[in-house]
Formats: sequence, C-alpha cells, structure tokens
Amino acid sequence: MTRLSMKVNGRTVSAEAEGRTLLSAFLRQGLGLTGTHVGCDTGQCGACVVHVDGKPVKSCNVLAMDTADAEVTTIEGMANADGSLSVLQQAFQDHHGLQCGFCTPGMVMSAAALLEENPTPSEAEIRHYLEGNICRCTGYHNIVKAVMAASGQDVSQLGVAAE
Amino acid sequence: MPKDIEAQGGIGASTKRREDIRFLTGNGRYTDDINLRGQAYVHFLRSDMAHGRINGLDTAAADAMPGVIRIFTAKDFEGVGGLPCGWQVTDRHGQPMQEPKHPVLAEGKVRHVGDPIAAVVAETPDAARDAAEAIVFDIDELPAVIDMKAALAEGATKVHDDLSSNLCYDWGFVEENREAVNEAFTKAAHVTRLDLVNNRLVANPMEPRVAVGDYDAWNDQSTLYTTSQNPHVIRLLMGAFVLGIPEHKLRVVAPDVGGGFGSKIFHYAEEAFCTFAARQLKRPVKWTSSRAEAFLSDAHGRDHVTTIELALDADHKFAAIRTETRANMGAYLSTFAPSVPTWLHGVLMAGNYTTPLIYVNVKAVFTNTIPVDAYRGAGRPEATFQLERVIDKAARELGVDPVELRRKNFIKPEQFPYQTPVAVVYDTGNYHATMDKLLEISDHAGFAARAETSKANGKLRGFGIAHYIEACGIAPSNLVGQLGARAGLYESATVRVNATGSISVYTGSHSHGQGHETTFAQVVAEMIGIDAGQVEIHHGDTSNTPMGMGTYGSRSLAVGGSAIVKATNKIIDKAKKIAAHLLEASEADIELKDGKFAVAGTDKSVDWAGVTLAAYVPHNYPLESLEPGLEETAFYDPSNFTYPSGGYGCEVEVDPETGKVEILAFSAADDFGNIVNPMIVDGQVQGGLAQGIGQALLENCTYDENGQLLSASYMDYAMPRADDLPSFRVDHSCVTPCTHNPLGVKGCGEAGAIGSPPAVVNAVIDALQRGGYTHVTHIDMPLTPARVWAAMQK
Repeated sequence: MTRLSMKVNGRTVSAEAEGRTLLSAFLRQGLGLTGTHVGCDTGQCGACVVHVDGKPVKSCNVLAMDTADAEVTTIEGMANADGSLSVLQQAFQDHHGLQCGFCTPGMVMSAAALLEENPTPSEAEIRHYLEGNICRCTGYHNIVKAVMAASGQDVSQLGVAAE
Repeated sequence: MPKDIEAQGGIGASTKRREDIRFLTGNGRYTDDINLRGQAYVHFLRSDMAHGRINGLDTAAADAMPGVIRIFTAKDFEGVGGLPCGWQVTDRHGQPMQEPKHPVLAEGKVRHVGDPIAAVVAETPDAARDAAEAIVFDIDELPAVIDMKAALAEGATKVHDDLSSNLCYDWGFVEENREAVNEAFTKAAHVTRLDLVNNRLVANPMEPRVAVGDYDAWNDQSTLYTTSQNPHVIRLLMGAFVLGIPEHKLRVVAPDVGGGFGSKIFHYAEEAFCTFAARQLKRPVKWTSSRAEAFLSDAHGRDHVTTIELALDADHKFAAIRTETRANMGAYLSTFAPSVPTWLHGVLMAGNYTTPLIYVNVKAVFTNTIPVDAYRGAGRPEATFQLERVIDKAARELGVDPVELRRKNFIKPEQFPYQTPVAVVYDTGNYHATMDKLLEISDHAGFAARAETSKANGKLRGFGIAHYIEACGIAPSNLVGQLGARAGLYESATVRVNATGSISVYTGSHSHGQGHETTFAQVVAEMIGIDAGQVEIHHGDTSNTPMGMGTYGSRSLAVGGSAIVKATNKIIDKAKKIAAHLLEASEADIELKDGKFAVAGTDKSVDWAGVTLAAYVPHNYPLESLEPGLEETAFYDPSNFTYPSGGYGCEVEVDPETGKVEILAFSAADDFGNIVNPMIVDGQVQGGLAQGIGQALLENCTYDENGQLLSASYMDYAMPRADDLPSFRVDHSCVTPCTHNPLGVKGCGEAGAIGSPPAVVNAVIDALQRGGYTHVTHIDMPLTPARVWAAMQK
C-alpha cells in the first residue's frame, strides 16, 4: 500500500492504493466517488470514463499510480459551481438521454470531451465518437439528440429525414 | 400536445425525469455503491468445464492465504434449499415437467461453465480472488451436452443423473387442436415452411449484478441489497424456499438498478449466498460481478430452434399454423424459465391474424449451458419472429404484396374483443391503423425511388415490415395459477397523504430505468389536481413498500399504475367525506377539481391541504364515523392481459461485395393505448429497437462443442453501439385504450425488441431478392456480413 495523491475535481486528495489498484477502483473505493461506474473488464463499455489532465480516459484501464499528481475530473465535478446542471447535463435531462443512469457518467464525460474537440459535431460524428460507450437502455437516439442540442444545433429533424 | 398539459405535468405531459438529476451528477445509489462497516468480500470459484463430476476440493492452501475469512463449499449448504423454480409446466400428456435441484453451490457435479463450486470470503476483493485461485479441485470431465437435438437423442449423456432424460417437458398447445390442425394442412391450397433459429442472447444490463448480505444478530434481522427488478419476489423465494428466513426477519432492498431487461428478475445463487454467509460470519458480505462473470452467471435469453408451417387457402387466408420448437433451458431451471417458451410464446401465435387453427409444440431441453430465462419480450419475440418471417416468405412464394397479405388476414377493428384459438382474448386493437401509420412515417411510397438510387450506387436496398402483438401486464392471478405459476401476479400500492397535503406513494413495482418516480407521480397529481412535485414515489425496499411483484413484462403502469389509481381513488373517497363534513354538505354533492373540494352548484370549497390537515389534526372532524389519517393501500389484480401492437418498418442497404447490412431508417408505429409520458414512451421504444436490431444483426451467444462460452466479453459479444444504429422514427398516435384497466394503458417496454428482429430480416431478404439473389429465402440471425455474404454465394 502506498499513499497516492492527485487533484480530483479541483481538490487535492489522497488515499492508500496498491500497485495494482485501477484508477476506477481508487476513485470508487479509495475516494468514495461512486459516480464513476465499472460496467466491464475489458475497456469496452466506457461507463468509467473520466478526464485525466483534460483528456477522456477509461479509468478501468489505468493504474491509479500512473495518475499520481494528475488533474482528474469525474462526473461529480461536471455540474456548475452553484450545483445546477451544466449545459450538457441539462441537455441529457431535457432530451431523455438516460434511462437506468448507469452508463450516463461515462457518456457525459465522453460527450464533454467530444464537444471540447468539436463544438458542433454532426450526427455521424457523435455516433462515431461515442462508439466506446455502450448504453443498453436508450438505443442512443436521445443521447445523440442531447449532445447535438447541447452544442446548440437543431434536433427536430433527427431520424425524420429519409436518406 | 396542448401547452397546458405540459405545464400541469399530469397525464399526457412529457415531464422531464426527476431521477435524472442524481444520475447526471454521479449521485445515483446503485448496489455496488453500498459499503457497510466491517464488510467482507466474496469471490466465487466457477467451473471452467461444462460438465464434470466433483471428486474433491482441497481448500487448505487457500484457507491459509492472507485475508481469507472462510471458504464455503456445497457441504456448508446441507439442509439449505435449492434455488426454486417459479413456474411448473404440465406436458402434453398431463404430467408435470422434470424439475432438477439447483443448489446454491454445485453438489457432486458441475453442469455448466460458470457453475459456482466454492466461495471464498476475504477481507478484500483481491484477497478473495487470489485465494480462489489457490483452491485445488479434482473434477472428472464428462461429455458435455450442448446441442439440443443431441441432448434429446436416445442414450445422450444426462445433465441430471436423477432425471429420466434431458427433456424438461414436451408441451402441446392447443393439444385438442392437434389433429384438426394436421387435417387443415392436408387441405391447404398452399403451405409455407420455414426452419429458423432464434439466437441465444445475453441481456447485458450495463450494471453487472451485485449482492450485499447483512445480518443484525441482536435483532436476528437479515438484509439483502441486490440488483433486482423485484425485491419482494426475491424475499419470498429466498426466504421461504432457500434459507428458511420468514419475511419479518428478512428485508430485501433493490436501490437504483442499472437496467435489467429480464435478467434481474430471477433469484440467483449469489443473493442467497451473501445473505447466508452474512448470518454465518455475522458481518456484511458483498459480491460484485465482473462482466465476464455476468456472461457466465446471468440467465441468458431466447435460444429456440423452430420449424413453422403456415397453411393458406386459395384466397390467401391463413387456415392453420403448426410449429415445432426446441427451447433451451440450460443446465438448471431459472426462476421463470419454463413459462417463456410456453405461456409467453404459444398464446401469441395468433399474432394480429384470424388464423382459426393453431398448434404449437415445444420441447424444453436441459443442456450443459447457463440457464436460459426471460429476456426483454420473453417468448413474444420468438412468436413474432416466426410468424412475421413465415408470412413474408409466404407472400414471396405466392407473389403477393406482404403488406396486403397481412391486411387480408388482420383481425378487423369491429371484431374486438377477439377470441383467439390460443386461449387469449384481445380486448382492443386496430392493426389496419398502425399499418397505415407505419407506411406513412416510413415513406413506403418513396421506397422504389430510393431503391433506384441505391442500385446506381452499387448497393441493394430492401424494405421489411413486421406487425406484432404482445401480451403484457401478466395476469390475472387465478389464470396464471392454472397455467402453473407459483406466484400471484397482482400489484399493490400504498398512498400516504401527509398532513400538509404532500403525498408519499409506495409501490411494489420497481424502476430500473423506466422512470416510475416521474410517471407515477404524474398519475397521482392528475387524479387529485395538485402539482406533481407534491408527490414522491418510493419503491424497491420490502421494509416500507407493500407486497410487490416487480417490474417485467411491460406491467409497471398497467398493473402497478392501476394499483396506485385504486389506492388514490380510496383516498379521494375518504377526502370527500372529510370535505363534506368541513363544508357541512352532503358527500354526494362534493366535487374534486383542480385540487379543490367544492359543493356542487355553490361557491363553497375547501382546498386539498385543508382536507389533509383536518385528517391529521381532527379537531373539526367526524370522529364518530371516520378514522383520522389519510392513507390507503390497494391491490390490483388485472382481469386480462393487455395487448399492445404495432407495425414496424426497416429499410436497409446491403453491400453485395461484403454482405454488410446498414440500417438506413427504422420506423415504429405502435398502439400502446393511452400514454402518460410520451417522452418516456419514445425512449422505451427506441431502447427496445436497439436490442431487437442487436439481435438481428450483431448479438450471438456462442458455445463451442465442449460447452466453452466463446462470447464472454464485449470483445466477443457484439453489443449495439451508437455507430451501428440509425435515429428512429417512433409514433404512438394510434390509440385503442385498454378496456379493463383504469388508465387504459397497455405497456410499452418490450415492443421495440419484439417487433424489430423480423422487420430487419425481412428487409435484408427483400434487398437480396430485389438484387437477384432469389435463392436466399432465409438467413439465421445475427445477419453478420459473413452470413449474408455466404448466403449470397450459394
């Protein structure tokens, strides 16, 4: 066991970790930040996505030790300073982009990273970018809609126009 | 939608979900987020062979590992019951099904890869896992029975030595019609036959299963926190049949649950283990499934192999249907497994059509595979797939339009209520309307032009249709009892009105994504005429909610919602008595409107909060004739199933070079009866479509001949991803309200997964046929590029 420190959601925190402890486990068990979820063992589902030094990573695929002193943002750090939902979070609620809520933290973290890179993504770009996040409830339709809406685009024709 | 409905937030409003706030900020409380003081962790040592005889287990080395608290094996479960099966099917000859024991930990034999052999409880999850690897076991591998046909062959290795064979049951329905159906086939003008596979699937809710057992020795009180769709059912099954703990000493909590799709209905060994071990060790015991473990221990779905025959007369009217199905049960009977290929499948074989004679034969088979049970739709997707595929094939053979062939055989709107030849009576429906709506929203008329464009681009475009019926809101209890259910299928609700007028509703229904906290509040708010924000919905805890049967089979609103309506009506009745007293008027003259009780024809009124306060501060109150307080409980037992239906259309392009199928558009026109929250209904349909399209194109649970599960991770089991799917066109404007529940609702949770697989396959076959590949009349799901390409080459 080693004492490990990093900055999470703007606060410097520390907790004990083994060399084999994954970042996802460190956040959940070490720091009690249970908003980050673990849905698979192979880095496929994306429920565990957090931002490390501004980049989206699957926290189940990173050793906690490798993120020592890094700046980590989790879903718990995504709301506005006054606690209200951010534009992206609000769009997920407005457009019913979540059902059971389990994939949602990772989905929001990935979508936030997408909008950082590409402020007005097309439907195809959103679908491609979110390939690493599996949702079993929504069929993705309303997730795509929420991300488009969060970027200020018109979503009224999504799915309507025939190709 | 008129603006005022949205503003009031009652029935018909697309109210935003209140539960989303906690989920979007990382504040959901899922079972794995629960950590109790002094908690230990269990890791299950699971069989890596499909079939074997256990000669011995040596746990000495593992016992000595750091952090190990205790290792449990089958010996520790002597005197403990097996996991019970909740449905007993009676076979064609009137005999009960063969029902093997399902021990918590394997006794004597392992029967599938993943069968738990031993359980290591340790101070940390890693210590438990490390020690499990140090257990030495001596197991003689036996031949594995994987293929159902081989399992039924004379002399096949038996999965259960104490049963007479691997046949669980041989079910015939309607058995009395067997000969009449056979005779109809001899007289038919045309017979279409189709052999098909309904591929084995894994439900894969994104939250893997978790169980935390806790024991309060001072009060002899056990608590199980579990990822369940129905905590009361788990309490009953585990308490009464496995561990012998009476209900008042056992609390089961299913907090936020990350999806279920059927796989979290069932009572699993890990739940019983954690509850049992916590009592033994007098400390909390937690199990968190990995995804790999989920593939090896969650009940799987589907896995039917069927031959269906459709007899038509010279006028193309359906004369008879005959099917033969082998249904995989896996190695043990999961909680509701026997009901899926029988009462959830056979009774749906009339579909939307007037076929007068139907005979369904199902042989349920034990194999050395993981148990198979209900998965979204459960039996109804299997029925719909057979029917809608065979009808399409018949249309092609007869050279008629598949839409017109369906229309010709639809039950007409004026024929409802309609008695089918397979026991059930459909109360309402209008299949012509949903078909028309489908053709409209899918721009069916424009298909030919779009197909030309595809052709010019070297692609094959196809359009496929399916029209489904489902039976939801399972019910009534006395009927399902006759059919073999070992449970009632009512729902209950307690409506507790607080002194200042806010309302706490306790429902036995359970939300794991469906949005009960929002929609159920809309219903109660509308009935009383108050703001939905004054109503809070509680569920998922046996200690504070009344008896419940949980959420599955699209029953939450139709059955659970009806119980809430019934309890709320009792509240309103009593509140009117109180209002009459306060207003010094006759009870018969009291009207409730917009949250006010008024004396008809006068301006005298008292508001809701005035009445509720009087109920709890009964200074001016008819105490001699009325109890104080305002709280009511109701049980609702439905008088019939509900029958949602709809038309689904899929438009695909097939790349003739690679066989890759791309879905260009998918349209769904459903009749769900009345709708409480259209936004949530859209979401339910879209999610169901993704699962149905996943079955049709991507997902396949695959075993090798030795019983090794080849698809036990997301690298091997193809889950639908955002890039695999189109945006959907969803419509539910066709409404024929259910006639026998108070809200007129039918249920919408499973439709998408039921109607979509045949629409997709019909579209691909249509594309290939139009492209000149006329020898391709069927391809088994999933329609991977390899399968489609291979079919084109023959």
